[in-house]
Amino acid sequence: MNARLPDKNGHFGIFGGRYAAETLMPALIELEHAYAEAKKDKAFTKEFNRYLQEYSGRETPLYFAERLTKKLGGAKIYLKREDLNHTGSHKINNTLGQALLARRMGKKRVIAETGAGQHGVATATVAALFGMECEIFMGAEDIKRQAPNVFRMKILGAQVTSVTSGTDTLKDAMNEAMRHWVSRVRDTFYVIGTTAGPHPYPAMVRNFQSVIGKETKRQILKKEGRLPDVLIACIGGGSNAMGLFYPFKDNHDITMIGVEAGGKGIATGMHAASISAGNIGVLHGNKTYLLQDEHGQIKDAYSIAAGLDYPGVGPEHGYFQSTGRARYVTVDDAEATEAFLCLSEYEGIIPAMESAHAVAYTMKLAPTLCKDKIIVINLSGRGDKDAGIIAEKLEVH
Amino acid sequence: MRRIQKKFNDLKKRGDKALVAYLTAGDPSLEMTKELIMDLDEAGVDILEIGVPFSDPTADGPTIQAASQRSLQRGTTLSAILHMLETARKFTEIPIVLFGYYNPIFIYGTEQFAKQAKKSGVDGILVVDLPPEESRELRQYTDRAEIDFISLIAPTTSSERIGKISRNATGFLYYVSITGVTGTQKPVVSDIKKEMKRIREQTTMPVVVGFGISTPQQAAEIAPYADGVVIGSAFVRLIEEHGDKNNFVNIICSYAKDIKISLRNR
Repeated sequence: MNARLPDKNGHFGIFGGRYAAETLMPALIELEHAYAEAKKDKAFTKEFNRYLQEYSGRETPLYFAERLTKKLGGAKIYLKREDLNHTGSHKINNTLGQALLARRMGKKRVIAETGAGQHGVATATVAALFGMECEIFMGAEDIKRQAPNVFRMKILGAQVTSVTSGTDTLKDAMNEAMRHWVSRVRDTFYVIGTTAGPHPYPAMVRNFQSVIGKETKRQILKKEGRLPDVLIACIGGGSNAMGLFYPFKDNHDITMIGVEAGGKGIATGMHAASISAGNIGVLHGNKTYLLQDEHGQIKDAYSIAAGLDYPGVGPEHGYFQSTGRARYVTVDDAEATEAFLCLSEYEGIIPAMESAHAVAYTMKLAPTLCKDKIIVINLSGRGDKDAGIIAEKLEVH
Repeated sequence: MRRIQKKFNDLKKRGDKALVAYLTAGDPSLEMTKELIMDLDEAGVDILEIGVPFSDPTADGPTIQAASQRSLQRGTTLSAILHMLETARKFTEIPIVLFGYYNPIFIYGTEQFAKQAKKSGVDGILVVDLPPEESRELRQYTDRAEIDFISLIAPTTSSERIGKISRNATGFLYYVSITGVTGTQKPVVSDIKKEMKRIREQTTMPVVVGFGISTPQQAAEIAPYADGVVIGSAFVRLIEEHGDKNNFVNIICSYAKDIKISLRNR
């Protein structure tokens, strides 16, 4: 399984591929070639790294969470602090890479879909940085739920387009972004925010995000003189998890755990656990695990964390699941909320509700492991945006 | 001879062009879709595209999106559509092409789908999100069932790629006349003329033009350069507006007749 994946048509085993309308195929092939060339070009990599350093503030710290470790009384817990990136999450790693590529391809206009608004903000930010026109597609329902991020995008000069088709959430925003891309494909670059979509997006986003895992490897070797035992990350589309996991994939002693959103409980049907509770299908250009009914119609995802609220998952996670390279578990809204508060109280770090899912699973796992084991959590984003939701919840209880 | 090929041969002999009509199956009901298939056949429509509704139709504009939603809300499934077509096939010889997205077919089961589609008298399939690169997993079964694999060509498709697509396709090719989703812009005739020339250099297969054609005049202007035109959103819009009226079949058929007249001798 060490062959380099994806294959030339974008397949990871049976997953991935390029299931796209013909109007987009030439653009996807053009993107694939442009990206392959850029990847070989040392100047491109150098510039990408410079922006990561000087603009986003990398490298991000690998922080030993001492009080949390003591409280849980088991394995040592480290936090990879992606929340300390410019714009407050790991999303900027990818948008910087794609915007540099867009500029290289001569595209003056970028579009993106967004759910919670983190990817929208990260895209609007790089569009401002490089002087590009920017349009963000966001479900009408999410625009209401995530007003502060809508303001941020507008301040950054982006046009925010409200999507009212379907259920007005992330998958519909992605549908609309794809329709728009079909219509403006000649001058527009579509910045997909996660390791999903048609080839080459899943591999390209993974590669831009794998700076997370590469840094972690270096940092933990320096601090502990060895590699960690367990990596834990939350999974919506799966970009922060893949960014952490990928550089460790050939270190077979390391357990990799992806935490999906269990929402109100798998049994209620209100969740976003595509791997744990979905099955294989084709959506948004790739074959992967999806939430769908028995006739192949896509179901709505639900999670307290808007960034996990997507009925699919990146195809490489499907592949990791099928080979057993990574394990996928779920954490529900209540557990994530408890973890959100716990990390805030014990470490003075307010995590994004998305990242709180990874913390919540760690709270279950760490006490069962010996004290000499090491867990690294990808703390993918900061939680200021979620303060309102939590405040509302606390009043209810 | 397969129905689609025979249809284009007959049209050619008569110097006529194909009118391809699109209906979203199950809008306003599967029963009405069945009736419309037979009535539109009589009204002079040459080929019918029957849309299989999907929850996330990324290649479709607002009109067909809404029709798909209405149909799904009524509980339409691929299985029920194939069943309806099996009945309709007893009363009509019109070539029928299933038009849709891959996931419902994938979940139905590709092998099972090909078998049942054949049994239901389906002549061709057009799966929007199944480009030649990914088509083998379905074609290994539909080819065996002698179901034509209709492919799209877009204004963005390179000449080299047109060659590749047409070698992979059977039945006919469908030229998407706008860089956009269904029913949202008006095609420019001079562009179509130029593009059709580029396509004809690569293939001798019949080529129909669609996405955005809605009036008899547009159809008449485009017909000289194509082997047929596809009217989709315009039919769906008529059904949306008049679907609850008693005379709605007449409205739709008379629209089809107007388009067909405009195509003759072009």
